[in-house]
Amino acid sequence: MSNIARAFGGSSAANHSKAFIAFITCGDPDLATTASCVRAAVRGGADLIELGIPFSDPTAEGPVIQAANERALRGGVTTDRIFEMVKALRRDVTAPMVFMTYANVVFSYGIDRFCDQCAGAGIDGMILPDVPYEEKEEFAPACRARGLDFVSLIAPTSENRVAMIAREAEGFLYIVSSMGVTGVRSEITTDIGAMVKLVRENTSIPCAVGFGISTPAQARKMADLSDGAIVGSAIVRLIAEHGKEAPEYVYEYVKSMKEGVGA
Amino acid sequence: MTNSSGRFGVHGGQYIPETLMNAVIELEAAYSEAKADPSFQAELTALFNEYAGRPSRLYFAKRMTADLGGATVYLKREDLNHTGAHKINNVLGQALLAKRMGKTRLIAETGAGQHGVGTATAAALMGMKCVVFMGREDTVRQALNVYRMRLLGAEVIPVETGTGTLKDAVSAAMREWTNRIADTHYCLGSVMGPHPFPTLVRDFQAVISREIKAQIMEREGRLPDAVLACVGGGSNAIGAFYHFIDDQSVRLIGCEAAGRGVDTFETAATIATGKLGIFHGMKSYFCQDEYGQIAPVYSISAGLDYPGIGPEHAWLHDTGRAEYVPVTDEEAVSAFEYLSRMEGIIPAIESAHAVAHAMKLAPTMGREQIMVINISGRGDKDCAAIARYRGENISE
Repeated sequence: MSNIARAFGGSSAANHSKAFIAFITCGDPDLATTASCVRAAVRGGADLIELGIPFSDPTAEGPVIQAANERALRGGVTTDRIFEMVKALRRDVTAPMVFMTYANVVFSYGIDRFCDQCAGAGIDGMILPDVPYEEKEEFAPACRARGLDFVSLIAPTSENRVAMIAREAEGFLYIVSSMGVTGVRSEITTDIGAMVKLVRENTSIPCAVGFGISTPAQARKMADLSDGAIVGSAIVRLIAEHGKEAPEYVYEYVKSMKEGVGA
Repeated sequence: MTNSSGRFGVHGGQYIPETLMNAVIELEAAYSEAKADPSFQAELTALFNEYAGRPSRLYFAKRMTADLGGATVYLKREDLNHTGAHKINNVLGQALLAKRMGKTRLIAETGAGQHGVGTATAAALMGMKCVVFMGREDTVRQALNVYRMRLLGAEVIPVETGTGTLKDAVSAAMREWTNRIADTHYCLGSVMGPHPFPTLVRDFQAVISREIKAQIMEREGRLPDAVLACVGGGSNAIGAFYHFIDDQSVRLIGCEAAGRGVDTFETAATIATGKLGIFHGMKSYFCQDEYGQIAPVYSISAGLDYPGIGPEHAWLHDTGRAEYVPVTDEEAVSAFEYLSRMEGIIPAIESAHAVAHAMKLAPTMGREQIMVINISGRGDKDCAAIARYRGENISE
């Protein structure tokens, strides 16, 4: 059983407990604060941490995470420094951690070299929003060889593609709740239930919903429909507002969200 | 040359969010169908000829030829097309395709504004809505084109993120497309982005080399020795090269924007300074740092101010079939002035990059040799910026 499956309480659909997944942009405002925020989120009940490696041109992100990427890069964060941070975190953090970044960050580093570093640092998988099903074989085998899960996404427009993607999904399946880019939304109108039903027919790995979730009520609704809720922009915004003081706010927020999804 | 996933050698592909995958698959299917449909081709040809003013002239630059004292120089006058650039070729094709797919709204990115103006024009012609994304910096550099787009009924959205230039406009247009696909076609302006765009845009621009070939055969009875074009994403260049790719005797030369020089950070010369990467939906060469962060590029020319190059150019570079050379701001501005005085033709500052290299190359060629320079656009839009570059402040 992969570390990621453990975050959902087991590997078969029947045993899944509801997971809360927290996304944090590495290096915003600095890596020390990122590490503290990761610990705070885990203490608050986060079952899995998505660590965003900043990219200069994050085309799947809304304004909040775009701005966090810019701040982090201006602050001088690099992929190598992020690996160092993860290694240090692994001394006391056991919760699964995955990287979320863009294809070029991994490709330019060297896919094999990047995966070696991930495995060495204790990373459990990666999410690359600009690598769809058709291109994943460039990345997935290198991940697989090192026990990393290459996480796939499905979107409201996936329709006839859901079964194909779900059948090859690893770790967990990331359900994109809405059209557009990441960011807080007042309402999610996609028929998530129908998407999850299709996923369940094709795989037993857990699925979690992300994009647009910010309140405990939304998180509960999405987690009720699936196996968990993913929150990014709302956490990144807290960090933008509170800077180095952010960890305690992240803790309180994650705690309320974890209560929302129902432990 | 392309396989099913739109590869040119290792380049190309479809590196885009899942949200867009069905949209590009639908586009590819619609394009294959349209390409094979004689009525689509007939309608496009009618628009090219009756609306855009094709075929564009192949003009013998007599004074320039005499002055440079080498190759016989011909200018392919894409600047004489309706809206003043080659961009109209692609835009008419894509707008017609979008309409056939039942789309009612076009979105586009623009750098210099020529593609934005072209898209706004096609949208007006076909009764479609139009939204153009343009880097904040470029809306200042190309204020006249912003006005033209608005006059044509388009909404222009200045993009504040990143460097406020073409790459940021592309990112913003991609984000908008993920937001609204059902009624919206993303009218990409160059031979870049995810498959099928590099192929589709090339096919619409290939009319340029098809005409050059027929015109030069009629005029000189033989193929040219060299074809030169400027390259940003590379749409006018691939259009000018395409029908000569199999004619090994024809040198194909793409002129990249070197900005203040390829040994400075203020450059946009991708082949000269970039490395293999994945960005904006494609694998190709990109200006980037050691961690894959896309570099903030610079050129005086807003239309060439892009950190990447189309995947087919990357492949033509790999195979050695085409050559890519850097041209600095200073050289381009001098060529802009040169062609204006020598032939009474004010080229776009983008096209002036090709003219600049021609000025170096022509004297080294024999008098019996023939060179064709693609004048991809007209330079009226650039006059204020070039005047500023020369320290003169004029108001438009």
